Amino acid sequence: MTSALGSAPTGRDDRRARPTPTRAHPFPWARAAGTGWLYVLPALVMYAVFVLRPLVLTLQYSLYDWNGIGVARWVGLDNYLTVFTDSDLLKIIGNAMVLIVFFSFIPVALGLLVASMVRRITTGAFGTVVRTILFLPQVIPLVAAGIAWSWLLSSNGLVNQALRAVGLGGVARAWLGDFDTALPAVGVIGAWVLLGLCTILLVTGMSKIDPALYEAARLDGAGPVREFLAVTLPSLRQEIGVCLTVTIIAALASFDIVYISTSGGPGLQTTVPGLEIYRLAFSQRQVGLASALAVVLMLLVLACVLPIQRLSRGEKP
Amino acid sequence: MNLSRREQLTGRVFLIALIVVTLLPFVSMLSAALQPRGTVPSGLEWPSDPQWGNFADAFTAANMGALLRSSLLIVAGVVPVSVLIATMAGFGLGQLRVPGGRIVFGLFLLGLTLPFEAVVTPLYYQMQDLGLLNTRWAIILPLIGLYMPFAVFWMRAHFTNVPVELSEAARVDGSSTWQLFWRVQVPLARPAIASLTILMFLWTWNQFLLAIVLVDDATKRTMAGALGAFQGQWGTDLVLLCAGSLLILTPTLIVFLIFQRQFIKALIQGSVKG
Repeated sequence: MTSALGSAPTGRDDRRARPTPTRAHPFPWARAAGTGWLYVLPALVMYAVFVLRPLVLTLQYSLYDWNGIGVARWVGLDNYLTVFTDSDLLKIIGNAMVLIVFFSFIPVALGLLVASMVRRITTGAFGTVVRTILFLPQVIPLVAAGIAWSWLLSSNGLVNQALRAVGLGGVARAWLGDFDTALPAVGVIGAWVLLGLCTILLVTGMSKIDPALYEAARLDGAGPVREFLAVTLPSLRQEIGVCLTVTIIAALASFDIVYISTSGGPGLQTTVPGLEIYRLAFSQRQVGLASALAVVLMLLVLACVLPIQRLSRGEKP
Repeated sequence: MNLSRREQLTGRVFLIALIVVTLLPFVSMLSAALQPRGTVPSGLEWPSDPQWGNFADAFTAANMGALLRSSLLIVAGVVPVSVLIATMAGFGLGQLRVPGGRIVFGLFLLGLTLPFEAVVTPLYYQMQDLGLLNTRWAIILPLIGLYMPFAVFWMRAHFTNVPVELSEAARVDGSSTWQLFWRVQVPLARPAIASLTILMFLWTWNQFLLAIVLVDDATKRTMAGALGAFQGQWGTDLVLLCAGSLLILTPTLIVFLIFQRQFIKALIQGSVKG
């Protein structure tokens, strides 16, 4: 689900929408009778029972010491204190931050590079093939991506084979099992999954930029770099915002890829909050601590995503 | 758009490099899957004698028939209901503009960035209390709820953009709200509904966390959840693991290739609008 979270309706859409905002209510009878509520109710009930209620319970659990079976003991904010002082848990949150670099910054940067050079993917058959292939990683389960890359990055895998072929056999290793390279290796898997999506979103945004802007920039004597900074980057602000939002959520809430490729190891090198919540709650029976971590994760996502939304949706200069 | 030839060429080269990187994992898996059972495959090496029979072995080992059935049952339980109630709610909030609708909509927005990990623990105990652990309902019911923020947001965005004159005209014709919804609005909303259906299908099929937490029996899980179990069982037999993974991928790939135009449109809109 995270893959499709992004900004609220875009400025572009708003312009096309709603000719005049103020008008008489179209259904006075519905309003009076409350019929309208019957339409909203089923969705609201499902949401309340299976999301809002658990959310409130997570908040509640986080204030207790509970093993999931016995009597829960009220501990106030102790669990949160543990989350923010325990060196293991801090490391785990740090790991998620490191993954942002790989899941987010690398796909967006590479995507921008490709987009600024391609500007538009040809509409013909070639374009269709390109789009289809680049979307493949979005369509397959993340678990499958994890399995494929575990194989690629293993000691006999393609990555090492390629390194040996170019005489770099010395650096070959089991990338996901090595203490120093495991986290970046997991990051590479995420980058692979998200790169195609970011590229296509950015190229699509790129094709909407008025070519006259580029001509004007060229007439002003702007080189490729200036052109990129003055025209491309500002025009793509919204698309970049969307890419960052989607990918940062994917990084912070990552679970599937890590679970499959490393199970969080070696040591805690690749353990991320999602995995730790799962472990604490279901293996170590520390439901309270798991819930506190869950709340922190939720707030962390909001703290990262809300500023991006604000920046990318602000008025364009 | 006057790109110089050199620029166009570098663009093409980058794009092709990107395509190669995207495809390599699949090709490498295929080459491993075709090696003789019991050997240790290496990187990318086309086997002298491709063992296509490995796929048949993996089909049996993974119990693919049961997995497909289970995933289809879960999709059938989640997608139609989600789409229907989200469309109704989108209509209520976007067209009927029910009193207090803004508050309700705000409540839905709250769930838009929610990581599933944040609610999975209480969901486990909730399902336990309901006696639904280890049944497909334990995946179906929470997924419907968890999809509502995005789905309602999506359908509301559609219905706010439909001119109210349309509803007024129907009102003059004397049709009831339900007739207006079912006969006029839903047919008009078809593109939005189609995209939503595709996204819901994909997310359900690929759902992993809820599957492994709430259902132990792999044959009652989603495809992705079953793949996790398959890896646990056959993780050391690389040839079979690769063959099984490719098999488990195939249904999604086939559906994707058939509907690829709609898929890509849905995914692009899904991330931009969502």
